[in-house]
Amino acid sequence: MTPKKTSPSTSPLIGAEQIALLERLSNAVAVSGAEHEVRKIVMAEIKDLADDIKVDALGNVLATKHARQEPALRVMLAAHMDEVGFMLMDGEDGLYEFATVGGIDVRQLPGKTVLVGKDHLPGVIGAKPIHHTTADERRNAISLDSLRIDVGNENGKKVHPGDRATFATRFQQLGPSLVGKALDDRLGVVTLIELLRHAPAHIELLAAFTVQEEVGLRGARVAGYALDPQLAFALDSTPAGDLPSWDGAESPRYNTRLDGGPAIYVADQGTLSDPRLIQHLLQTAETFGIPCQIRQPGGGGTDAGAIHKQRAGIPVVSVSVPGRYAHTAALVARLDDWQHTLALMVHALERLTPAILEQER
Amino acid sequence: MKPLIKKLVEAVGPSGYEGAVRELVKKEVTRLADEVRVDALGNLIVRKGKQSAGGLRIMLSAHMDEIGIIATHIDEDGFVRFTTIGGVGPRTLIGGRVQFLNGAFGVIAGERLTATDPVHSFEKMFIDLGAAGKADCPVKVGDLAIFDRPMMDLGNRLVAKSMDDRISVAVLIETLRKLKNTPHELYFVFSTQEEVGTRGATTAAYGIDPDLGIAVDVTATGDTPKGMRMAVKLGAGPAVKVRDGGMLSDPRVVRWMADTAEAAKIPYQLEILEAGFTDARAIQLTRAGVPVGCLSIPCRYVHSPSEMVDYNDVRHAVSLLTVLLSNPIHLQ
Amino acid sequence: MGKKGNQSQKPMAEIKDFLKNLLSLPGLSGYEDPVRSVIREAWQPLVDELSVSRIGSLHGLKKGFGDEPRPRILLSAHMDAIGMIVTGIEAGLLRFTEIGGVDARILPGQPVTVHGRRELPGYVVQPPGWLLPEDQATNKAVEMKYLFVDTGLRAAEVNELVRVGDLVSFAQPPIELTGDLLAGHSLDNRASVAAVTACLQELQHIRHIWDVWAVASVQEEETLGGAYTSSFAIRPDLAVAIDVTFARGPGSPANYSTFPLGKGVTLGWGPNIHPALYEAFKKLAEKLDMPYHDDLMPRMSGTDAMGIQVVAEGIPTMVLSMPIRYMHTPVEVVSMKDIARTGHLMAQFIAELPVDYMQMLRWDDES
Repeated sequence: MTPKKTSPSTSPLIGAEQIALLERLSNAVAVSGAEHEVRKIVMAEIKDLADDIKVDALGNVLATKHARQEPALRVMLAAHMDEVGFMLMDGEDGLYEFATVGGIDVRQLPGKTVLVGKDHLPGVIGAKPIHHTTADERRNAISLDSLRIDVGNENGKKVHPGDRATFATRFQQLGPSLVGKALDDRLGVVTLIELLRHAPAHIELLAAFTVQEEVGLRGARVAGYALDPQLAFALDSTPAGDLPSWDGAESPRYNTRLDGGPAIYVADQGTLSDPRLIQHLLQTAETFGIPCQIRQPGGGGTDAGAIHKQRAGIPVVSVSVPGRYAHTAALVARLDDWQHTLALMVHALERLTPAILEQER
Repeated sequence: MKPLIKKLVEAVGPSGYEGAVRELVKKEVTRLADEVRVDALGNLIVRKGKQSAGGLRIMLSAHMDEIGIIATHIDEDGFVRFTTIGGVGPRTLIGGRVQFLNGAFGVIAGERLTATDPVHSFEKMFIDLGAAGKADCPVKVGDLAIFDRPMMDLGNRLVAKSMDDRISVAVLIETLRKLKNTPHELYFVFSTQEEVGTRGATTAAYGIDPDLGIAVDVTATGDTPKGMRMAVKLGAGPAVKVRDGGMLSDPRVVRWMADTAEAAKIPYQLEILEAGFTDARAIQLTRAGVPVGCLSIPCRYVHSPSEMVDYNDVRHAVSLLTVLLSNPIHLQ
Repeated sequence: MGKKGNQSQKPMAEIKDFLKNLLSLPGLSGYEDPVRSVIREAWQPLVDELSVSRIGSLHGLKKGFGDEPRPRILLSAHMDAIGMIVTGIEAGLLRFTEIGGVDARILPGQPVTVHGRRELPGYVVQPPGWLLPEDQATNKAVEMKYLFVDTGLRAAEVNELVRVGDLVSFAQPPIELTGDLLAGHSLDNRASVAAVTACLQELQHIRHIWDVWAVASVQEEETLGGAYTSSFAIRPDLAVAIDVTFARGPGSPANYSTFPLGKGVTLGWGPNIHPALYEAFKKLAEKLDMPYHDDLMPRMSGTDAMGIQVVAEGIPTMVLSMPIRYMHTPVEVVSMKDIARTGHLMAQFIAELPVDYMQMLRWDDES
């Protein structure tokens, strides 16, 4: 197959339609264990793109787009539908104690607005007025047990312990940036929907819109087992820590950088990516002139961590859109990075053949 | 066995990148095996024997990977920052040497410590490959390296990096060599990615679906000055593991291993390790469950570049394994 | 529809005796044989088939009355208990470490049994202060690694009878407290085994459609090994994990994380639980006029359900828990009423399970 060079910036892969879908998904509330809102949107979007769709015992959406030619390679692609958020635990008069679901830095919480439950009832996480604090006190983070979600008095009866909540941020495009909550991993979700749309004929494309990634990769584990692919890609978003250091010194720790293109994982806490797949992605990027970066090794994890250990083993690699301020009220990603991520994946799938598995890992 | 051990411990094979070790092992075992294959995670699976009366399908596992480091950043001056692969402790690094998979060598050094830091954290360390600057550096982000140290033969005691777990790899190879007859269908698995969470053994065990699993790995000892309190010591024989931080051995398997050693007059010890885990844990939880045990090689200074084992313990481990696998098994 | 009442007194008296028997036995994680034999005897007349998994879980199948192939429900109650294991012998005194999570502060003065070449009674003892490192000062908890077990025997005899790897279990016999309360070690989770047994008893009089797999699982306290492997072997359509939760008591916070003792079973809610199963159990409890509480588990449940839910293609799970006080001490306290309620709730849930429940089981957004 002769490599063709296509400039990714003229590639029509991400347009107004895709951004509008991202907006709907970013604004939807789907905390780990209660992903129904996003699941519903996904099911509607893919019903004409996939040949088989099912919802499994944990709520994963498993969609297959059959290959249209042989020999077909069974490739799984995973993107998680859940976001980090809160669960209301106990309360009265509209004031609720709450627990975090997934990893959230408690310092991101005070003074924020939230949406509670299926009806998106508005609430606030307040903080004591500064006038009532001492300088000493202000040195310490406000502890989770002293914070409350305040839904006001009237809504107190429509809200119950066990309801989930998340940040109330509304999605926006600010210049070159996409800003919203839960872009980890709604970016991956839209990317996966687009990959279903562009599925190459020689790939049996097994799409898994997974649940409960943020609480232990639980959806991916059973999805990997059920789909039993020959290889898998996890599509996620990863932190870009490329801000200036307090002392102006060069910082050796940034994880990934904005505008650096899709981030390819060599190693994170849960997975040592298959080198054959890493090479395939790097070669694809080079052939098509797509900027990309190697995510700094160490820490973090994606659905790949669960998938690769299923059954007799599945070769995996993860690809993420860089985003600043993950797991906070507002994640900032670049539209270009997202474009390039999708372009990289489209071409990577096109160029994949069964021969990749013939060399030993 | 010493030349084999030397080749194995001096090979470069950090978790996820065990190819060089796998090639070495393949050379040793191919003519001894009924079947050799490599699975999706790079495990080398060697089958020997057919099941007959009193026979079981048995999976043995020794891991090929060693702990190491991976480059995270190359600074403008060509110094390399890194993070760890597997359980690397900061205290054994400064002044040590590393070898990258691509053959480049370097020294581990550290920033100047402040008065309050008793030891360098990994963030305060870096690797110096002697490069003149970033462009000159032979290494890039994502490259892996291991701790470089040649083996030292002290007669009865052998010292090297990656005794964990190449010594067990040697034990399995030697057992395969010595095994004349067996009523069992044996799978000698040279596993990958144990140090980062027994990942290779997890998938290898699923693929094999054994009736019984035995991991062979190193364990710590309690016989050094003001060291950890532990009943295991060098030179008192291989250890039959009762429990570690990851699993409880099946008591029937422990009994079988201990009784066999007694009957064959092979010295052994009973082991409880309060932390740590081995491939046995992964095998135990496979599918509908597998009775497992672990034969441990006592080892001082585990996860340092100078791990020390007793050569007689190693030879007794081979003898015990050979006897265990040569006879029918009735667990009770 | 069964009713709690005089009908259940006799079976419940039997359940109490059965439970007291269980609480008198060792059966530490990884070494569950002693308690499994007793459970097996109790389940023998209540199920059609009994088997033991490859790592020691007990599986009891009570067949349903529907046409084959019948859907299956798994009820999992872990039978393993926490305890200790000998790590060394010094001057006839035993050093030990834990199996499962043991708070060292409850150990000094605790009566134990050492399972050596024969059963040896003994006590956990705390050495005098001057024999401990400086940081183990008075009024500070002494870490487990500095404690010993003293069997009263001299060194020579101890070395004959005890080895590294021998088990040490709590010897505290169960005590009946007033008000239908029972105290003992390993009510976590033998209380649940009792509840499952009560359920099986009630099912003797019910023509249920589904196959019921009662599982007394192993190693929950260490690896969830029984949960993972028994579910894989059985591949149920649905599963319920029965465990214990925290009752209100001295030292425990009086909030959403603790529940009144003897005032009902708790229904789990969170990512580890299928929301439709929670709704079904809630409706049923209300219909049976049974007190219950919501046990909110925002992340994980800390029970067998954590393992079961993610086995193979995934299994819809539910968690039912009985409140107990002083969890993981030898004097845990449970209410027999809550055990009866849990057994009854499960039996009635099974009684009502229609053959096509799995087709009806929906994520709430599907129409």
